[in-house]
Amino acid sequence: MLDPQGPIASAERLILLNATAIMLVVVVPVIILTLAFAWWYRASNKRSIYSPDWSYSGHIELVVWSIPAMVVILLAGVAWTGSHLLDPPRALKSAATPIRIEVVSLDWKWLFIYPDQRVAAINDLVVPAGTPVEFMLTSATVMNSFFVPQLGSQIYTMPGMTTRLNLMADHPGDYPGLSAHFSGDGFSDMRFMVHAVPESEFSSWLTRTQGEATALDADAYSQLARAGSNTPVQTYSGVDPMLFEHIVQTTAQPLAAPRQED
Amino acid sequence: MFGKLSWAAIPFNQPIPMAASLMVIVGVLVVLGLVTWKGWWPYLWREWLTSVDHKRIGVMYVLLALVLLLRGFADAIMMRSQLALAAGGAQGYLPPEHYDQIFTAHGTIMIFFVAMPFVVGLMNFVVPLQLGVRDVAFPVLNAISFWLTASGALLVNISLVVGEFARTGWLAYPPLSELQFSPGVGVDYYLWALEISGIGTLLAGINLVTTILKMRAPGMTYMRMPVFCWTALAANMLIVAAFPILTATFGMLLLDRYVGMHFFTNDGGGNMMLFINLIWAWGHPEVYILILPAFGVFSEVIATFSGKALFGYRSMVLATLAICVLSFTVWLHHFFTMGAGADVNAFFGIMSMIIAIPTGVKVFNWLFTLYRGRVRYEVPVLWAIGFMVTFVIGGLTGVLLAVPPADFVLHNSLFLVAHFHNVIIGGVLFGGMAGYAYWFPKAFGFTLDRRLGAVSFWCWLIGFYLAFMPLYIVGLMGMTRRMQHYADLRWQPYLIVAEVGAIVILCGIVATIAQLVVSIRRREQHRDRTGDPWNGRTLEWSTASPPPEYNFAALPRVQSLDAFWALKQRGPVVPAEHYESIEVPSNSPNGFVTAFFAVVTGFALIWHIGWLAILGLACAALTLVAFGWMERIEKEVSGEQLAAAERTRLQQATPA
Repeated sequence: MLDPQGPIASAERLILLNATAIMLVVVVPVIILTLAFAWWYRASNKRSIYSPDWSYSGHIELVVWSIPAMVVILLAGVAWTGSHLLDPPRALKSAATPIRIEVVSLDWKWLFIYPDQRVAAINDLVVPAGTPVEFMLTSATVMNSFFVPQLGSQIYTMPGMTTRLNLMADHPGDYPGLSAHFSGDGFSDMRFMVHAVPESEFSSWLTRTQGEATALDADAYSQLARAGSNTPVQTYSGVDPMLFEHIVQTTAQPLAAPRQED
Repeated sequence: MFGKLSWAAIPFNQPIPMAASLMVIVGVLVVLGLVTWKGWWPYLWREWLTSVDHKRIGVMYVLLALVLLLRGFADAIMMRSQLALAAGGAQGYLPPEHYDQIFTAHGTIMIFFVAMPFVVGLMNFVVPLQLGVRDVAFPVLNAISFWLTASGALLVNISLVVGEFARTGWLAYPPLSELQFSPGVGVDYYLWALEISGIGTLLAGINLVTTILKMRAPGMTYMRMPVFCWTALAANMLIVAAFPILTATFGMLLLDRYVGMHFFTNDGGGNMMLFINLIWAWGHPEVYILILPAFGVFSEVIATFSGKALFGYRSMVLATLAICVLSFTVWLHHFFTMGAGADVNAFFGIMSMIIAIPTGVKVFNWLFTLYRGRVRYEVPVLWAIGFMVTFVIGGLTGVLLAVPPADFVLHNSLFLVAHFHNVIIGGVLFGGMAGYAYWFPKAFGFTLDRRLGAVSFWCWLIGFYLAFMPLYIVGLMGMTRRMQHYADLRWQPYLIVAEVGAIVILCGIVATIAQLVVSIRRREQHRDRTGDPWNGRTLEWSTASPPPEYNFAALPRVQSLDAFWALKQRGPVVPAEHYESIEVPSNSPNGFVTAFFAVVTGFALIWHIGWLAILGLACAALTLVAFGWMERIEKEVSGEQLAAAERTRLQQATPA
């Protein structure tokens, strides 16, 4: 958040700073006046004026309703334009062709599917730097929230539903991501790393992964869907491009076994 | 025979829960033993447990809140210690399955069993006195409400010893709270405790709304009501409107869990977002249920100790009612990140900001109440000034969270946690403590020790800043809430400072307890015989401290705002020539007994003990009906008795 690495995160930090500055214009004087009045009008100060029955002034009333109203009008403008410009499903402007990635939250790990490349990875998200990423997200278990603080907006992953999010990393680098919505005992370890890499490196990673023997078939997926944390990073090839859709549909049906009680 | 209940429910193999359970059990046994040994049972039963007097019930609510503050705080300091330790590869001393229960219990207890009883207790005690009437509209119902709240608190604490508490977070979002993901009894403890206490709160709300609308002293028109009564009216109207949503939502989750329905499950067409919308349709008004009475307390405290009428009374009333209505139009800001779309997010973001306008007006009005006043630095004023400074910071961060794109990066982070603690500690708790120090002499006839009161205030204030300012920073650094351990070592120094803050707050709590003990021991030195120790403005200060059971020997005639202040301006108060005899309601064990059976029923349902649930429910219903139909004997206080009591009081009040 304090160290944004993508256009969304930078824009959000700017909004945060602007809104804070607008409000500080009022908040700081209020704090100073509170302390000043409380000090000056202390009972032991005989030099201060005492007007016990003074309790109304139309002018002051007008001012005290206007000040917060004007601040809110300003901030409402910020909120309205910000909500639209930074709406998570909104496509990012870029010369590069966006890449599609599907995200599934599991107990307690993240599955990232590259449907066009037919590869997938667990707890590790490799993306080309400078290329917009279009995420489609769902959950195969309880609700979670997909969040990479340095890239910006988080969004819920919800079983049986799909959310959309567009992010981009400006520069190559490793950016930690996590689940921002509590999902049970293994929640704290629901971390992953985003590796933003140069285009060429991304292609070679894809080729490497596509040539890998481990296929994400029904067996491998049901293995993954079982509860467990600290799952090691793992990549898969031969991924069914319809897997994500299948997960969205089947999560709405009864699962085989409930979580084990411990 | 015993459903799911077996010896395995008691955590013999887990040292930390077992030690905590033992401490609680020993504590309870010591108290019960002391009461028995001293032979206090008849007194307690007669004067407190069966009392239907709104003042006694108010005091018991506040006592409940303060006792459970200790439990909620114990959870808090355990969490802070865990997070100060569990950095990098370290796991701390609390495993996730225990840590998850602790943060759930902390949130549940602090909101439902500390903040709620604190404000409800203050309203119960103060509102009838300020309105110049003899009790609430339904005194027996009032006792039932209190004891049902206490039942819920008891069930939550039973879970410490028998079984477990929920591991879902304080609002138990499904599907995590569904049977599929939380098969244990923890969520059932949570749900039944809140169903029972929620009904108590709803009844209390109905009672106070009726009291304020129908039972004011002669001459007290709406625009002559003290501001605290206005905020109480707004808060209780919100209770009446919002609590049924809570009860129904939890009811649906219970149906999912007990009879296999599919309101919020993943499968069978359920939708967890329905729950999340409903729970916040209750949850956002709930925060105003808590903060509005606190605003009322500050309005009274600032006006009284500035020796000045409240600035902009009409604005205050208007602002209070505006907040009351607007609070129902902002619930979606709790989940901007569900992907609702830009128009929906922007609408709810802007509605949330609009609430900042009436709230801002209130702050300015308090500011202009101080202006040209004679501010006496008694303990309640310290809390009020501390509040004004702290609360505007919480308001600022709150408005930031209302800007959807900012919320996308702050949602569920420790920034959010810091924000709501900023407004709940800096607003509700400071308000509760201000009210406690302000009205304590009214309730007991002696003032609280000033020095220890100031120590408590400074510890809370400094402790608050130390504990929560670092959380704002780690929130901005990307740390989310409810983590049991974390990898990023840069967060640790901030979390250690937060732990130090929690320890400073602990000193504040100890000072509060010490203040109470010291003040009771030195009560003769702190005795207030005037009934008006602060040079008050409203009617509660016109009667004795503690007020007689009937509050006022003759109902006051109200001719203006700040009725008692106006009365004092006209010269010394003289006893009337003649007093009408009055009837006061006699005690009723209805509340206590009904609540006892409510606990039995709740416990039986949690553990699936069918026969006991039916038996408990039947007994509770029978108790209600039996006492309800019983011929009520009212005590009569004759005119002569009243006249004598008033003469003695006024003689004592005048310095010899």
